[in-house]
Amino acid sequence: MNLEEYKGVYVFAQQVDNEISSIALELLGKAKDLAKDLNTDVTAMLLGSGVKGLADQLAEYGADKVIVVDDPELKEYRTEPYAHALSSIINQYKPEIVLVGATAIGRDLGPRVSARVATGLTADCTVLEIGDFPLQAIPGQEQLHNQLLMTRPAFGGNTIATIACPYNRPQMATVRAGVMQKIEPIKGAKAVVEEFNPGFTPDNKYVEILEVVKAVTDTVDIMDAKILVSGGRGVGTPENFKILEDLAEVLGGTVSCSRAVVDAGWKPRDLQVGQTGKTVRPNVYFAIGISGAIQHVAGMEESDIIVAINKDEDAPIFDVADYGIVGDLNKIVPKLTESLKAAIAAAK
Amino acid sequence: MDFTLSKEHEMVRSLFKEFAEKEVKPLAQEVDETETFPRATVEKMAKNGFLGIPVPKEYGGQGCDPLTYAMCVEELSKVCGTTGVIVSAHTSLCCDPIQTYGTEEQKQKYLIPLAKGEKLGAFGLTEPGAGTDAQGQQTKAVLDGDEWVLNGSKCFITNGKEADVYVIFAITGVVEKRGRLSKEISAFIVEKGTPGFTFGTKENKMGIRGSSTYELIFTDCRIPKDNLLGQKGKGFAIAMHTLDGGRIGIAAQALGLAEGALETTIEYVKERKQFGRAIGAFQNTQFQLADMATKVEAAKMLVYKAAMKKAEYATNPKVSYSTEAAMAKLYAAEVAMEVTTKAVQLHGGYGYIREYDVERMMRDAKITEIYEGTSEVQRMVISGALLK
Amino acid sequence: MKIVVCIKQVPDTKGGVKFNPDGTLDRGAMLTIMNPDDKAGLEAALRLKDQYGAEVTVLTMGLPKAEEVLREAMAMGADKGILVTDRVLGGADTWATSTTLAGALRNIDYDLIITGRQAIDGDTAQVGPQISEHLDIPVISYAQDIKIEGDSVIVERQYEDRYHVVKAKMPCLITALSELNEPRYMTPGGIFDAYKEEITVWGRADLKDVDDANLGLKGSPTKIAKASDKVRKGAGEKVTLDPDEAVSYIVDKLKEKHVI
Repeated sequence: MNLEEYKGVYVFAQQVDNEISSIALELLGKAKDLAKDLNTDVTAMLLGSGVKGLADQLAEYGADKVIVVDDPELKEYRTEPYAHALSSIINQYKPEIVLVGATAIGRDLGPRVSARVATGLTADCTVLEIGDFPLQAIPGQEQLHNQLLMTRPAFGGNTIATIACPYNRPQMATVRAGVMQKIEPIKGAKAVVEEFNPGFTPDNKYVEILEVVKAVTDTVDIMDAKILVSGGRGVGTPENFKILEDLAEVLGGTVSCSRAVVDAGWKPRDLQVGQTGKTVRPNVYFAIGISGAIQHVAGMEESDIIVAINKDEDAPIFDVADYGIVGDLNKIVPKLTESLKAAIAAAK
Repeated sequence: MDFTLSKEHEMVRSLFKEFAEKEVKPLAQEVDETETFPRATVEKMAKNGFLGIPVPKEYGGQGCDPLTYAMCVEELSKVCGTTGVIVSAHTSLCCDPIQTYGTEEQKQKYLIPLAKGEKLGAFGLTEPGAGTDAQGQQTKAVLDGDEWVLNGSKCFITNGKEADVYVIFAITGVVEKRGRLSKEISAFIVEKGTPGFTFGTKENKMGIRGSSTYELIFTDCRIPKDNLLGQKGKGFAIAMHTLDGGRIGIAAQALGLAEGALETTIEYVKERKQFGRAIGAFQNTQFQLADMATKVEAAKMLVYKAAMKKAEYATNPKVSYSTEAAMAKLYAAEVAMEVTTKAVQLHGGYGYIREYDVERMMRDAKITEIYEGTSEVQRMVISGALLK
Repeated sequence: MKIVVCIKQVPDTKGGVKFNPDGTLDRGAMLTIMNPDDKAGLEAALRLKDQYGAEVTVLTMGLPKAEEVLREAMAMGADKGILVTDRVLGGADTWATSTTLAGALRNIDYDLIITGRQAIDGDTAQVGPQISEHLDIPVISYAQDIKIEGDSVIVERQYEDRYHVVKAKMPCLITALSELNEPRYMTPGGIFDAYKEEITVWGRADLKDVDDANLGLKGSPTKIAKASDKVRKGAGEKVTLDPDEAVSYIVDKLKEKHVI
């Protein structure tokens, strides 16, 4: 494999129902940074049926070039035709980097393609940068420059690893949704659009889709929630949980509570976190007006980030909080909600 | 002498532990608080073979050794004393005598569904006037044609109203022994639903509150002649032999309670802070824990040794495990009481609160010094063997 | 029907994580469990066995100690266990792992291969689809329901906002989600029986049609540049601020952590 032949940063532009997924735009944002460091350009790979019209949107978000594979076989996602199309592009165009969203599609497509084109794939990356491998020069080993360094959490977030793919091309990564930044869309930007037809010959690997069932969302189990806004006795009254609900809504989170709140009859038991309630492990856990009895902490200490707000500076919750704020929740929480609302709107 | 558990026993322990943590522990507090028999848990245990662990496979059991069974009761009792005793009473006091003394027909009819957990078992020996003095029985069985007619009552019966099959003891006559008249006791298998067999008072207990403890009442209760278990007149021996095995189960329950309290306390003292330090940093706490752990370990050795002795008995019926079982039960029960009491003390005020498990464990522990032979009875059994 | 379930013995993340000096995981030093998604896959296979009749083989690659996880699977009801273990296979990434497992699977007669979606140590979700590619059979990832119809499987394939009902001809590979089912427990007697069974042990020489260049640490295209223990949870920062300052403090932290 002549590694020098491989050029350019390529992004799998995931679309579902002919709508570009947000992750694709995030990847384009990141790809632009990487392409700049490598002095190359960004190509989006757009696969689907009747999707050509989406190329402009990809251009607005940073694609210099869009390769379109438009075929009825690609109408709904199926592993084989998509893997065939993507690996055909890779074999034809020889990109040095291929980024795929770590979605239910990307985490199926990525490995199948990486195995087909015989390269490494790093899953669920949260940081991508260009650098040297090995990071520090080691006597007797050639230090390679301009490598894609892919950082990812493992062990349910217990460890962080930085991975390189120094001797194979392309360097492939799936990337977690919501981590990379989209660029401000450049209105009217155009990309070079190239159609590509790898040819599709259905075989037994072309599975048959019998039915597509779109989900109806029901109430979120607190154990599945990514963000929990949890209230304790310190919230004061059941009515006052409104300020927690507002905060949860802004963040797309869910409200949960401590045992004291359930015992007081303010909230139902299925929202209770703790030893006698549920054990939760969200990305962010807000402990608001919760003192942090052992029983409670046992049910939430595995959360990725714990933010505690309590007026008692000796509250044990501060022993497990990443960010502890000593203060009045009634003053802080509503302002926090407003501020986050503004920050999120600004980011869109 | 080998103090290392086999890989099989290690794995079987991890199974019981996982089951106890996932299925039993979450219900322990509620079961105690509401005095609810954990029927759903019993069904799950049945499905997983926990209700016939030492019963041979050909009789629907798991074909495991008594140690495996003791470990099951131990792990369940670590998180819930109620669940531990349900399994113990069912297995040791009902499956075991039918397996040991039952006819082939009785085994087919009763042991198989019991071991599969389709039916739950109980054991009725104790009467209001016959506790430690088991000879003081009043319940009578009279043969009338093809049926035994039972009259009398039994009290403090574990799995009382929830069981389906009961091993019941009753007087079947009077015999002369060395010039003195003594009661002749026999064992019977009685099914729930038999006319004349009803339930009396439900006991409101200090501990193991989810176990169903009832009075059983027999009023002209007629059972088939074939439901005599073992030989007529051998009831007392059957009862004593059965209790030898039962004591291993209760010893395992006591051991589990002590271990559960110890583990809970170790976690607690690492977290609980007083005077700016975790209370585990204080030497008093450390020394208390050291004593507790040492006693628990000693109890475990006795319990496992008794279980292994019973395994020996399975291949050689001449082996007696009576003394080992009595020692294990005596010691494990007293350790359970001591360790749970210390655990409450180390928890301070919280230890006295219902929300904290050690409070329940201390209440649960007390019964292990009383049932299936009080500690005093165990001392009688042990000293009796010494002075034989 | 013959089903092969690929399972992995993984460190129980509750027990803490330890590394070798070279940055790879020190698996020997950690408590282990059967990977949860794999266990769901095994349960799915055992249910198919209960329902349609099947021979279930469990296959794992790992240290000799990984035999335990095969025993566990057999104590749940699997019929056979195969352990692939060899010094030269150590340090494998997903590519080298899938190459190895495919090499083992080429020796086995199967209609259906089930793997877990992902393992809790690596969380990559790659090995299942990569095996299917090496074996050139269809893959259905993220299965939330599995049925058999004649010579085909009908699977509910989960996506973020929908599921597809997908039909594929066997042989094929399915990756199972832990939400698929509630795995059964082992039975006490099953454990003792499992230890009486022979476990097949294969080494490098037993793998079919694989190149040494694709095995183990050497054959892994991805290389660890750096690995570290994430700072353990403990007391973080504690600040006393007036409400406005507190709010901007929190917002900054959430931005820093990419929450918003």
